[in-house]
Amino acid sequence: MQSLTNRAKQVERKPMTFIEKLYLWNILKGMFITFSHIFKKRPTVNYPEKTRPFSPVFRGLHVLNRDEEGRERCTACGLCALACPAEAITMEAAERKIGEENLYREEKYAARYEINMLRCIFCGLCEEACPKDAVYLSETPAPSNFTRESFIYKKEDLLIPDPKTETEELKKAKGLN
Amino acid sequence: MYTETQILKETSTSLLNGEGELVINVGPQHPATHGVLHLVITLNGETIKKIEPHLGYIHRSIEKMCESLTYRQFIYVTSRMDYLSAHINNHACAMAVEKAMQIEVPQRAQYIRVILDELTRIASHELWWGALAMDVGAFTPFFYAFRERETITDIMEETCGARLTMNYMVPGGVMADIHPNFQQRVKDFIKLFKKNVDEYDDLVTGNVIFQNRLKNVGYLSPEDAISYGCSGPVARGSGVKSDIRKIAPYDIYNQVQFDEVLETAGDSFARYLVRVKEMRQSISIIEQLIDNIPEGEFQAKTKAVLKPPKGEFYTRVETARGELGVYIVSEGGTTPYRIKFRSPGFSNLSALDHISRGSKIGDLMATMGTLDLVIPDIDR
Ligand code: SF4
Ligand code: SF4
Repeated sequence: MQSLTNRAKQVERKPMTFIEKLYLWNILKGMFITFSHIFKKRPTVNYPEKTRPFSPVFRGLHVLNRDEEGRERCTACGLCALACPAEAITMEAAERKIGEENLYREEKYAARYEINMLRCIFCGLCEEACPKDAVYLSETPAPSNFTRESFIYKKEDLLIPDPKTETEELKKAKGLN
Repeated sequence: MYTETQILKETSTSLLNGEGELVINVGPQHPATHGVLHLVITLNGETIKKIEPHLGYIHRSIEKMCESLTYRQFIYVTSRMDYLSAHINNHACAMAVEKAMQIEVPQRAQYIRVILDELTRIASHELWWGALAMDVGAFTPFFYAFRERETITDIMEETCGARLTMNYMVPGGVMADIHPNFQQRVKDFIKLFKKNVDEYDDLVTGNVIFQNRLKNVGYLSPEDAISYGCSGPVARGSGVKSDIRKIAPYDIYNQVQFDEVLETAGDSFARYLVRVKEMRQSISIIEQLIDNIPEGEFQAKTKAVLKPPKGEFYTRVETARGELGVYIVSEGGTTPYRIKFRSPGFSNLSALDHISRGSKIGDLMATMGTLDLVIPDIDR
């Protein structure tokens, strides 16, 4: 049939030989290649029975760090929220009272600290911006969930377990045990 | 008022007489468009009379969003444009900021950037190769392509920290130094890939059934390629020299030896051949660089807050799909006044109507496959 616009052009290529026209040889060749893969090493992992470790620099869920004595490092300076391109971080600062020195490292601390994981693009800029090494991105990929609210991670969800009182949990969180 | 039956009756009689038109929608949710592309196709029988791409389904106004982000932040949003060559997008944006701020990028960072660029290019072409084979009806190549692509994403994860949206670029270099295993793993990959790409040729390229689906389909003449602004493998398949790495070398591309792959036939098979050969060229670029990564800084010293001087800055790079241009207008503040991206996918898509008029609808998927459209890149 004549094409509508005469735009089609026959490209000169060498005509097929008789053997090629049969297609049989090509089908057999393709079958041979695919069949030979039965004897090769399997590239897949049997998830979820087996899991593949993520590399240490992997940017997954955020963690709020504590220092060696179990005090929260974050001083609610807001630099992470400022650096965040997705505006995912919100916080509220509070002043440390006398007698709370064992809880917070600095005189000012974050009373509320939330990261919206639905907004977050896991770029790692918050980690880079933090002057206190308080927030960092762990190796855990973000899990799925049913509601939107559950993706807003509160301070309790983000804080790493206390190395003094919750040694077991800390080991678990770091994937040791 | 017409009733449904009347309309049906009239259209079917006129179609039978060979004069009617049938308008069908392909997409926005269609398995063969690899994304949310919406095409309105006017058919005469099985012959395509007109194709109208309708954009806007996944418009996220990235350009506008960038105007409210600082020069450090906006780079990471562009990973979401052409997600298959995220690293190269970031590269273009980082280069634009460096040009504006006149930052000298250390040699080591340039080497790392180019190696990762080429790995990204291979990964992108791999995915295209598997998807194209699947479009024309072969399923196995898709798995083989993903097997190799997985090796690349593993390398990316180990060094950059993420598998798809790498976010590894910062103005002035790269975010962190490469992983100690990086060089060894890339070398292992090269060895593996060289063996496997021959297998690709055996399985798909040399296959007569596959060739018959692509040959003489979707012819794009060199003149049309230029007038539609096509770039990348689409233009090179028509014999138009358009490789930015050759025309305007950036970073260390002027120090490596590689050929710009050109095919003159201009049909879908020519575009296919260009991409497969380009994968081999990328491998040879990586081979030249991987052992010679110089010691030194991976990041130049920059100010914490970047404030480029007043002016307009334009940089362009060669992504896996063609020429990506980044145009920044700066007013001297911390955020850009205006950002414009010239994305390769958009221009390549605009040629689709032209090259598929008069062909059969069955050939459309092969044509679209070889144009290698990534929809978030077309519709930012
Ligand atoms: S990783 Fe990036 S997007 Fe996510 S909270 Fe940190 S700065 Fe914001
Ligand atoms: S996490 Fe770091 S950057 Fe963010 S408020 Fe706390 S101390 Fe500041």
